[in-house]
Amino acid sequence: MAIDLATGVRKGGARRGARAVRLSTRDKLAITLMAGIPTLVVGGFIWFPTIASVLLSFTNWDGIGSVTSSHWIGTTNYRQIATIYPPFWPAVEHNAIWLGFLTFVATPFGLFLAYQLDKDIRGTRVYQSVFFLPVVLSFALIAFIWQLIYSPTEGLVSNVFADPAHGHVIDLLGNPHQNLWAVLVAVGWRHAGYIMVLYLAGLKALDPSLREAAAIDGAGEWHAFRTVVFPALRPINIVIVVVTVIEALRAFDIVYIINHGTNGLELLSVLVTANIIGEASRVGYGSSIAVVLIVISIIPIVVFVVNSFKERES
Amino acid sequence: MTAAAVPRAAAVPVVRRKPLRPGRVGLHVFLAVTAIVWLFPVGWAVYNSFRPYSDTAKYGYVSFAHTLSLSNYRNAWTQGQIPLHFWDTMIVTIPAIVLILFFASCVAFVVSRFSFWFNVPLLVFFMAANLLPQQVIITPLYELYLRIPLPGWLSDTGLMYDSFLGLIAVNVAFQTGFCTFVLSNYMKTIPSSLSEAARVDGASVTRQFFGIVLPLCKPAMAALATLEFTWIYNDFLWAIVFMSSGDKRPITSSLQNLTGTYFTDNNLISAAALLVAVPTIVVFALLQRQFISGLTLGANKG
Repeated sequence: MAIDLATGVRKGGARRGARAVRLSTRDKLAITLMAGIPTLVVGGFIWFPTIASVLLSFTNWDGIGSVTSSHWIGTTNYRQIATIYPPFWPAVEHNAIWLGFLTFVATPFGLFLAYQLDKDIRGTRVYQSVFFLPVVLSFALIAFIWQLIYSPTEGLVSNVFADPAHGHVIDLLGNPHQNLWAVLVAVGWRHAGYIMVLYLAGLKALDPSLREAAAIDGAGEWHAFRTVVFPALRPINIVIVVVTVIEALRAFDIVYIINHGTNGLELLSVLVTANIIGEASRVGYGSSIAVVLIVISIIPIVVFVVNSFKERES
Repeated sequence: MTAAAVPRAAAVPVVRRKPLRPGRVGLHVFLAVTAIVWLFPVGWAVYNSFRPYSDTAKYGYVSFAHTLSLSNYRNAWTQGQIPLHFWDTMIVTIPAIVLILFFASCVAFVVSRFSFWFNVPLLVFFMAANLLPQQVIITPLYELYLRIPLPGWLSDTGLMYDSFLGLIAVNVAFQTGFCTFVLSNYMKTIPSSLSEAARVDGASVTRQFFGIVLPLCKPAMAALATLEFTWIYNDFLWAIVFMSSGDKRPITSSLQNLTGTYFTDNNLISAAALLVAVPTIVVFALLQRQFISGLTLGANKG
């Protein structure tokens, strides 16, 4: 990689000669190091493992001994995770529900908050800080804070709506049909604040005349929003969609803390991790699920990159 | 509804009557109620954290506290070894932020100040690395970390695995892309005449970088440092995968130590959770503007 860059610098340097920018040898060396060292770090720690995940997903390597001792087994790992690996399809479903909830509930709510707070409202800064507070907390902390509400014996919900002292509890997190939704409430609590801040910035950047049209209270407000403001937010909408998809794919910490992502809280990210630090350590399975994540995430990544370069050019 | 209306409304009280339409009242009620709901989970944790276990055991969780004390905080501080884990966090976070900002500004400088053929591919290479789900890299990286030897003074296990350097490296590699993207957009806004003038004066590339461009990037750097501090501080995944020794885990990933397998004291956990939350909340409260501008710099420009 460093060699490629070095030749690139030389070539680029020569071509730029027309602009009377002559780079000395020292300058070329400086540029090569400035671009080359970070490239090596990111290449070595991110892109090399990414490619390795793809390659390992086609082998039967068990993580013990050298990789060269393993065999190429084609798509066997993929066939197996789809057929005889029970948590796989539930995880896919949960990730899809996660994405659906963020897209259709938490994100619109964040947009709604941003739209309201963008009006000339007294105390808007205070409200913004309050709604943004959960965003600075880690998902790990959010898991602990919400367990105080959901815990069957000591939690708020159970103590208000049931009677744990006499053995009658509400165990939202222990019920595989309810726990995903209970977790999503906590996740939405954070996501809405995040989306609100991004949209507030987008709304501030709008043409003031558009914002005035949007500022009409009452009857025509929804119409003005739908036909004028929302379409004008298109660039930020793309970013929001990308952020939301990536957040849904990355979801991990909160379910891992609650029950290690089992019993109704399976997620693709958890399955990958469980194959390294869990009991079942199957490098092939973990890697194939990682490849599933790569394939899904390529779409938002391409959209984001293309979108931001279009913005850069304009 | 322009920004100019705000000072005017404050100066002339008459104008203030205008917003008091029924719609506005409804909106204020909605926002106030939502704000209370929003604060409630944290407020509940604060309330519990001040109640001793005996108090809740006697009167139940949903009751007025008869005694309030700091004992949970004291216990969390010692039992959870919070000072130790704060220290671990600093060992990882501070070098990581310095390296991220240095690497990112170097790459951003090259792609925004020169017109090489590789500028766009290089930027994509960095940006996309930050957008991947973390799980995409952990399996091979874990196996790699188990096989990379480190000298004893860098890692007491002699491996990249379970070492601070391993955690710093993965954080740096993962976060550099985001900062490179933001800084390259930022540097594009710095007039090229500035560095061209310096070039005519014979300033070397490094002089232009350290002497002219870097000082002008201070606001963006401050915003990114705030954001990166919060993100790295809040990291859970890297630490539980690449750090096996409990006493070397940074604070966010060490919280699990407090949940005993058969006895869990929720009041103690509340106190510990709030202690862990304090640094990020303080950073946000003091540097809210930088924090949000960092977040939106990344989003707005792209």
